[in-house]
Amino acid sequence: MTETATLAAAVDRYEVVIGLEVHAQLLTRSKMFCPCPADYTSAAPNENTCPVCLGLPGVLPTINQQAVDFTVRTALALHCDIPPFTKFDRKNYFYPDLPKGYQISQYDLPLSVNGLLEFPVAGESVRCGITRVHLEEDTGTMHHAGDVLQSATSSLIDLNRCGVPLMEIVGEPDLRTPEAAREYLVRLRQILTYIGVNDGNLEKGSFRCDANISLRPRGAHELGVKVEVKNMNSFRAVQRALESEIERQTGVLDAGGTLVQETRGWVEAQGRTISQRSKEQAHDYRYFPEPDLPPLRLDAAFVERVRATLPELPEARAHRFQQQYGLTAYDAAVLTDTRDEADTYEALVAAGVPAKLAANWQSGDVAALANEHHVPLQHSGLGIDGLTSLLRLVEAGTINGPTAKELLAELYVSGGNPEALVRERGLAQVSDTAELSALVDAAIAANPAAAADFRAGKQQALGQLMRAVKEATGGKADMPLVNRLLRERLSEQ
Amino acid sequence: MTPRTITELAAALRDGSATPRTLLSAALAHVDRTEKDLNAYLAVTRELGYAQADAAAHMLEEHPDMASPLCGIPMALKDVLCVDGIDTTAGSKILRGFKPPYTSTAVQRLFDAGAVCVGKTNCDEFAMGSSTENSAYGPVGNPWDIERVPGGSSGGSAATVAAGSVPYSLGSDTGGSIRQPAALTGVVGFKPTYGRISRYGLIAFASSLDQIGPFTRTVEDCALVYAAIAGHDPRDSTSDPRAVDDPLASLHAGVEGMRLGIPREYLGEGTEPGVRDAVQAAFRVLEAQGATLQEVSLPSTDVALSVYYIIAPAECSSNLARYDGVRFGSRVERPSLTDMYLQTRGAGFGNEVKRRVMLGTYALSSGYYDAYYRQAQKVRTLVSQEFEAVFKEVDAIVCPTSPSVAFPMGSHDDPLSMYMCDVVTLPANLAGIPGISVPCGFVDGLPVGLQVIAPRFEDARVMRVAHAYEQATGFHAQLSPYASAAA
Repeated sequence: MTETATLAAAVDRYEVVIGLEVHAQLLTRSKMFCPCPADYTSAAPNENTCPVCLGLPGVLPTINQQAVDFTVRTALALHCDIPPFTKFDRKNYFYPDLPKGYQISQYDLPLSVNGLLEFPVAGESVRCGITRVHLEEDTGTMHHAGDVLQSATSSLIDLNRCGVPLMEIVGEPDLRTPEAAREYLVRLRQILTYIGVNDGNLEKGSFRCDANISLRPRGAHELGVKVEVKNMNSFRAVQRALESEIERQTGVLDAGGTLVQETRGWVEAQGRTISQRSKEQAHDYRYFPEPDLPPLRLDAAFVERVRATLPELPEARAHRFQQQYGLTAYDAAVLTDTRDEADTYEALVAAGVPAKLAANWQSGDVAALANEHHVPLQHSGLGIDGLTSLLRLVEAGTINGPTAKELLAELYVSGGNPEALVRERGLAQVSDTAELSALVDAAIAANPAAAADFRAGKQQALGQLMRAVKEATGGKADMPLVNRLLRERLSEQ
Repeated sequence: MTPRTITELAAALRDGSATPRTLLSAALAHVDRTEKDLNAYLAVTRELGYAQADAAAHMLEEHPDMASPLCGIPMALKDVLCVDGIDTTAGSKILRGFKPPYTSTAVQRLFDAGAVCVGKTNCDEFAMGSSTENSAYGPVGNPWDIERVPGGSSGGSAATVAAGSVPYSLGSDTGGSIRQPAALTGVVGFKPTYGRISRYGLIAFASSLDQIGPFTRTVEDCALVYAAIAGHDPRDSTSDPRAVDDPLASLHAGVEGMRLGIPREYLGEGTEPGVRDAVQAAFRVLEAQGATLQEVSLPSTDVALSVYYIIAPAECSSNLARYDGVRFGSRVERPSLTDMYLQTRGAGFGNEVKRRVMLGTYALSSGYYDAYYRQAQKVRTLVSQEFEAVFKEVDAIVCPTSPSVAFPMGSHDDPLSMYMCDVVTLPANLAGIPGISVPCGFVDGLPVGLQVIAPRFEDARVMRVAHAYEQATGFHAQLSPYASAAA
């Protein structure tokens, strides 16, 4: 049986229950509890540290207000309730990347609860509850001389990442397929990047996902034994890991076995999960209220001030694009994929580029160039203003499509003024009827066989005549006009 | 010459009869003479001290009127207070060799005022203890009888003031660690309201209970030091932003018309008769000063000790997790990480610290949290409420500081009997309210302390009552043999 077939068979007998936990680093300037820069990637190891994030004796944490604002912003974007009273707790465990021996996190009174995320899966809308969004601090990173710490001969610790604000977003076990899990993450990441709180980078780990998955026989009410899957650093890996886990769990259940509650790690290269820690080996984190930080009181006025900073969210914006600009659902979704993309589109339209023309070019050639050069339009040589000028020339009929495409590709890299270039290089479209009529006559005369074929009903023969006229103008001919003139002339007897 | 107070020394610095250098030299010489008996210091900061003395001399010369009364005055710091570049051990082997790269806020405020640091004083390891016998660096002798303990955990800070080496020192008080040693060494010791003094740079024992405070010879000196270190610090989120009342403004206001409460539970069976007599005599002095005394009740006193010995160890078990041998302090090298952790902490911590880490870890464990930690927090709230209720009836509470006078070294080898030493001091920590100990007599030549407790942020009131009592008696002027010998 193929992998898909196995999966389909499993899903026939078992209901899959998936809940996701996402850890997202906040794009604050400084760390969660100290003034060190939160940017840990561009600094030399242990450069962005201070007595507080190093956990030296006697130092105390202070709360980063921006991190609280960002978490509230996230909670609002995810339709969460924000209780008026929240507090921090200590999660105690020993590990060398955790200098204090505890992580400051939130336990029983998180910053927000009871949210909702809605997203499309294969054209259907799926709703997943958000249990909570809370705030904590990231750990440092370790570089082992060996695969794992236990067998390493030595290990180096970099505490630049230690204390970076981290938001934990816990989803309800409302997801039923690996694909839905993937789409949940796609939409969640989209929202977080839209509201400017996270950069959504799975590979670098600024957006991380753990998945809880269990299977139960169809119709059963009680949940099956839950397995937590970790180490997935792409959307694809999440989907594959869950698919692999469904197969493994199905195999165990079908063989009459019992599953154990455990933590498993996804091994990308082997395409399977391996056991990391059983329930018995689980830590007792001994949570208790952080005595160094007084509880936070978030009053309604504060929450409303944060709400006022929320931008239009992707779903609403896509809906508006359809209404306002007459775009298809697909185009609207593509053009609102990121906030930059949507802002670019609205800038083009506001500058007078017709909505449909802007949509076609932005999601077509411009997107392809951005992909090819790994540079978004706004940082390209052309920029949004340059693209506006170029599309105005297309709209005015000053240049034809092929010329515009060539110019776009060139200017995207090197920059320049499209209008000036069109003048300098004489790229303006030849759309003079008299001039083109003469060239049409010449083309027919030079290609009598093609002309005869067309007259005999062979439509394809027109192509050769079109090319001949195009070449005669150096590619600048107004081709729809050439097409019309050729047809007119050839239909004359 | 007899050891003088801050006030007297400040005058001497201004009339030219002393300089910061001569004061420091005298203090260092006194420490050198007495250390073999007292062991009050873990480090003498000669170099830092002379640099500060010279800076202070400059300040006094440039702005004699603007300079703080603390400018140029020698002092000592309990070794749980971090000073940039100076060895800070908290009385523990595990921190041997640790030099913090920063100075605690309270200490920095004194340094900014021109204070001259003589050294870091000995204490119970991580401030856990009531006799200073839990120091990894040997016990401290009580200047009144070196066979006896000075109390703890700030025993070194108390002893050095009682011995007359320095006019003041800083300690920390989590369950009585300033007030009890002050009582046992015959000096003034003050634990301010929780949140009044920044804890930034104080090596934590139990964060919700720890508070820094001064040891001095007089209540007036206590007010001077308190005024210099109190106030909000943005680096300590538990420090309070409201303005600090100037304790000197009301210091001389007396107790006429004040209502003072005597908690019936604080003079229980455990109180030594001599202590009871001395304290009751003190009550009569206050009455003679115009105060009205009445009995009050704090019924949860008997469970406060249990509550304290759940909350303090719980917080300490977490606060001490950072001593793992990874980044600083001592490390026992082992091939595996777990072994390194176990051996480092096993070798680095003393028995009392281990006992409390284990107690706290247990109290926070899954399945026990509700029965211990959560229940303790509820009773802690009750303790606070009882104080609040009492403070509706009276302006302040007066009682013994310690149920006993200084006891012989080695006499309290049962941990529980040691824990009982703090039975009348730790409730103030649980409630976060201010408490002071002021000398109130002697039993067989050993000092007794009178404790004054007031509502939160009524620190000035505590000092006002203590000052009125002190001025009506002469106990604070009686000197330990080591201080008299300086004469």
